[in-house]
Amino acid sequence: MRVRLRQVAFARSGDKGDTANVGLIALTESVYPELVREVTPARVKEHFAGVCRGEVERFELPNLCALNFLLHGALGGGGTVSLMLDAQGKTFGAAILGMEIDVAGELVEGCARVLGGETTGRPGPAGPGK
Amino acid sequence: MSEGRVVRVASGQGFWGDWQEAPKLQVRHGPIDYLMLDYLAEITMSIMQKQRARDPSAGYARDFVSLMVELAPELLARGVRVISNAGGVNPDACRDALAEDLGGIEMPRPLRIGVVRGDDLMSRMDELMQAGHELRNMDTGEPLAAVGDRVLSANAYLGMGPIVRALRQGADVVVTGRSTDTALTYAPLAHELGWAEDDWDRLAAGVVAGHINECGAQATGGNTLLDWEGVDLVAPGYPIIEASEDGSFVVTKHPDLGGRVTWATVTEQLVYEMGDPTRYVTPDCVADFSTIQLQDVGGDRVRIGGVRGDARPEQLKVSVAYRDGWKAVGTLTYAWPDALRKAGRADAVLRGRLERAGLAFDEIRTEYVGAGACAAGAAGAGSNAVLTDLPEVGLRIGVRSSDRSAVERFTREIAPLILAGPPTVTGFAGGRPRVQEVMAYWPALIDREVVESRVQVECLDI
Repeated sequence: MRVRLRQVAFARSGDKGDTANVGLIALTESVYPELVREVTPARVKEHFAGVCRGEVERFELPNLCALNFLLHGALGGGGTVSLMLDAQGKTFGAAILGMEIDVAGELVEGCARVLGGETTGRPGPAGPGK
Repeated sequence: MSEGRVVRVASGQGFWGDWQEAPKLQVRHGPIDYLMLDYLAEITMSIMQKQRARDPSAGYARDFVSLMVELAPELLARGVRVISNAGGVNPDACRDALAEDLGGIEMPRPLRIGVVRGDDLMSRMDELMQAGHELRNMDTGEPLAAVGDRVLSANAYLGMGPIVRALRQGADVVVTGRSTDTALTYAPLAHELGWAEDDWDRLAAGVVAGHINECGAQATGGNTLLDWEGVDLVAPGYPIIEASEDGSFVVTKHPDLGGRVTWATVTEQLVYEMGDPTRYVTPDCVADFSTIQLQDVGGDRVRIGGVRGDARPEQLKVSVAYRDGWKAVGTLTYAWPDALRKAGRADAVLRGRLERAGLAFDEIRTEYVGAGACAAGAAGAGSNAVLTDLPEVGLRIGVRSSDRSAVERFTREIAPLILAGPPTVTGFAGGRPRVQEVMAYWPALIDREVVESRVQVECLDI
């Protein structure tokens, strides 16, 4: 089914000079491969078309079920040079969650249970490995 | 996870201006061994450098001194040692202020302050240039000579070495200048747990712990997107690292404080300001964040182990700040109906006036706050139907120029829009925008022995 990323992931963003970093974290371990397949550097570049002038790099962190994106040339020069309201890219993490992707329905339901607080989304206190 | 000795390093400040109560709560609400206080960001050093240029006894985090005045007797009584980069661009002045302000305070025993010097390369700049250190920009490859005499500050990022030396000399409070944020956490771990300086895996684990600690409450529920309304942030517990000899550690917080420690809050902080996660470069090792094994064990405790690292680099990073022109940002608010169109019209009028005055700007940027100024707006989060009926829109116009007089003229062109501009405008109570000097940032590398041969650690008892 077609969903917005906010239904299956959450995120945090920051800055390094004129580059914004967006860390995208899967709500469940099982939905992570869907993010790897769907949220490509090209899709992210397209999503931030009005913002990111340079290339988009992607790094995979399967151990954390997370993807790290570097959006180059996205902060108006960065630091104190930038005239942007969000010169440190603080809102980029939330912004990526507006992207639409295709995800299997049952995986979306699993994420909904995490968002609803019914389960934790990772092997937790009640899960394996304790 | 070994069941042996555990060393607890608590985070008390994530930046200069962070919540002043946090370090006090960390000391008073449960047992900790070390309190780390991070005051520095890239921009902070240039602000402090400006302050020192005006007053030779300034250029450090003054808040730190008043905090120590309040906490010092308790720190000694509880056996908590402090590591901080509050020294900024003037660690000696910070030490002197501590000595003066702590002088009249009754304490269980004398307080030993250790000061780390040698990160400041500004006074050595000519010598370094003549010796062939070009300090090329890591992004553009240009040698630093290109910005000539506009350089304001240059500081090498120091690692754990001098902090460990100060701790070995018995320092209760270690004050540094530009140490890495992460070293403030892993230096005491390496010192207490006897980690060798080439034990790359343990040091890398310490770097991960430092990355979690360095932004304060950002690891304990601050800024979390997941269930953000469910976190009690009135009096959040800042993170505490409980590290074991083998390098594994638990992230936690004091149980009777607010905030939250879960796999989600810790993972959010782990990916914050991340570059290539497999190459997190520090002065003491290169940490690989793709090796982190993270487990939420419940009760605000997250276990981390398995971290692998690589050998330390031969060069240290240098942060250079240089003067790069002037800027100013002006704001006005336009109200319904047609708020966005009115703001757009005002922007056109203002730009017309700037052009008519023949002013040269490197950049003029207009943003409509409430109508897509942040990245989400640019990425299409707000629908067009909503944008035509907004209750109000903030017009935010910024200019930048190497010509200060052009920027000053711009600051005088905002107010006239109140009477000689589009209707339904308000929000000019703040007065004329301030002209700010732009401090640009120049990242470079330098051979580590050039810096380390001059690093000094000095202790003083008060």
